[in-house]
Amino acid sequence: MSRKSLWIIVALLGLLSLLPLVGGAYALRIGTFASMYAILAVSWNVIGGMAGYPSFATAAFFGLGAYAGGIMLAGGASLAVATVATGLMTFVAAFIFGVILLRLKGHYFAIGSLAVAEVLRELTNAATELTGGGMGLNIPMSSVVKSVVGEAQFFFYIMWALLIVTLIVVIGIERSKLGFGLRCICQNESAADMIGVNSTLYKSLAFGFSGVFVAMAGVIYAGWVHYIEPPDVYDILYSVKPIVMALLGGLGSTLGAVMGAFLFLAIEEFVWRNLLDLHTGVLGLLIVVLLLFLPKGLVSFGSSWLGKRLVWRNGVPRD
Amino acid sequence: MAVAGSANDLSGEMGCLVTELLKLNSLSRRFGGLQALENVSLSIGAGEVVGLIGPNGAGKTTLVNVITGVHTATGGHVSYRGKDITRYKPYETARIGLARTFQIVQPFPDLTVLDNVTAAALFSSSGSSIHQAQEFAREQLEFVGLSAQVNSPAASLTLAMRKRLELAKTLAMRPKLLFLDEVNAGLNSAEVEQAMSLIKKIAATGTTIVLIEHLIKVVVTVCSRIVVLHNGQLISQGDPRHVVNDPKVIEAYLGKRYSQAAKDHIKNAEVSLD
Repeated sequence: MSRKSLWIIVALLGLLSLLPLVGGAYALRIGTFASMYAILAVSWNVIGGMAGYPSFATAAFFGLGAYAGGIMLAGGASLAVATVATGLMTFVAAFIFGVILLRLKGHYFAIGSLAVAEVLRELTNAATELTGGGMGLNIPMSSVVKSVVGEAQFFFYIMWALLIVTLIVVIGIERSKLGFGLRCICQNESAADMIGVNSTLYKSLAFGFSGVFVAMAGVIYAGWVHYIEPPDVYDILYSVKPIVMALLGGLGSTLGAVMGAFLFLAIEEFVWRNLLDLHTGVLGLLIVVLLLFLPKGLVSFGSSWLGKRLVWRNGVPRD
Repeated sequence: MAVAGSANDLSGEMGCLVTELLKLNSLSRRFGGLQALENVSLSIGAGEVVGLIGPNGAGKTTLVNVITGVHTATGGHVSYRGKDITRYKPYETARIGLARTFQIVQPFPDLTVLDNVTAAALFSSSGSSIHQAQEFAREQLEFVGLSAQVNSPAASLTLAMRKRLELAKTLAMRPKLLFLDEVNAGLNSAEVEQAMSLIKKIAATGTTIVLIEHLIKVVVTVCSRIVVLHNGQLISQGDPRHVVNDPKVIEAYLGKRYSQAAKDHIKNAEVSLD
């Protein structure tokens, strides 16, 4: 990651943190979702972008985190304890799933990872005593903050802080031996094996890291919305959206994942508010158009055909 | 020319006693109904340059794949420096000093040439930092003559350069035993010359080399011993000049009908090598 990208991320996060100063409850809600989406997209990028394995397991991690954390919160655990414990548990679970699932490649891996969410959803549905099953799970108001706006602000900043932690870890991975190995695996796995990359270990670690922060976001989400049910937190859209965000921003780029998440949320909100009946169709259309004109995502804007037309029409494009 | 001194060396020449590096003990590999390797026993001494030849489909690449752990053996054993490595995975064999090039070059296409070689240096040995690996990678790239291309993506190289990149990658792994799988395939004669001198330079550093090659001329000039595979079986081995005239070898390459004609031809025309 270049210094420039790092500054753009810092600037974006700084701007986001100012949101409570200017907006009301709606702005806080959007801001919390922006952080959450960015966590999902940045996490997906570890397995999908860096290692090149198109995972549809994000919803599985999110639902697992929401339920594990929700049960702990309902049992009286503090948010910090529930979040950290769930994160660790999910890392281990994702690592083990990874050892099994990452033997599959390409479409087969995608289908296999898709099944994880379905299996977990059914398990959650069936374990009525623990999870409330189809009735859902109520999570009591946190005792830290009393007012409604105060609570919205609290969860906004918690989600924002988790995004920062996620970014620090993922950028660290990107620059480490692990990240280098993942890039090799993404480019040519058998050649990576041949030069001594323990690809099973590396891929499983990547899968673990792609799950841990998503699950923690799930815990915070559960605490924030107070009521979760299986179709909500195991929603397949939690698997699909992060992929679209990463593609919008630029596959394999952490900055791209953050920008893609913010842009996706903006488009989603805009379309949803203005075209209530057609919003999914129009959303899909907009994404297709964006990917057609910016196939390498927002991070390639400066060097793309579109970017040159729009920004440097009268001058010499940089680079 | 270095001479293998293992106990069952068939070359007949006596050299200094060299330690045995790799030993294959009736190694077999079956793919469904196809017996790709059948009871291959072979011993390779440290510092040897062994040519592995055989017609297409003889099992040469399969043999390398089984030794390096890409395929698991369905029978027999591989031992390396006295240690049984039959069940080792590719990354494990890579870390103990077995390196190979691929017949079809396998670079990391979007990484730079330097990153390609740095990865090889970094992951094949534990304990070196990315920076140290990079320095070592630069040395290897200079050795194979790719210094000018360090920052180009690997995908932009010509085939001859990609083959040299493969060599640099394997060298960056500090190999004890190097398998070169048809490094000359697809190269023109000038490029073959360059590749040959590189292989000689590598051999001069004491690295043990197994050279899989179709160009008999190359094998004969570089190797101290030739091993011939045919239908998964080891049919002949020994001194290059003896082996290329072995009736069994000629039969394997040309078929029974022509082997007699070839024999007569050899009688008349001395030892013909290409």
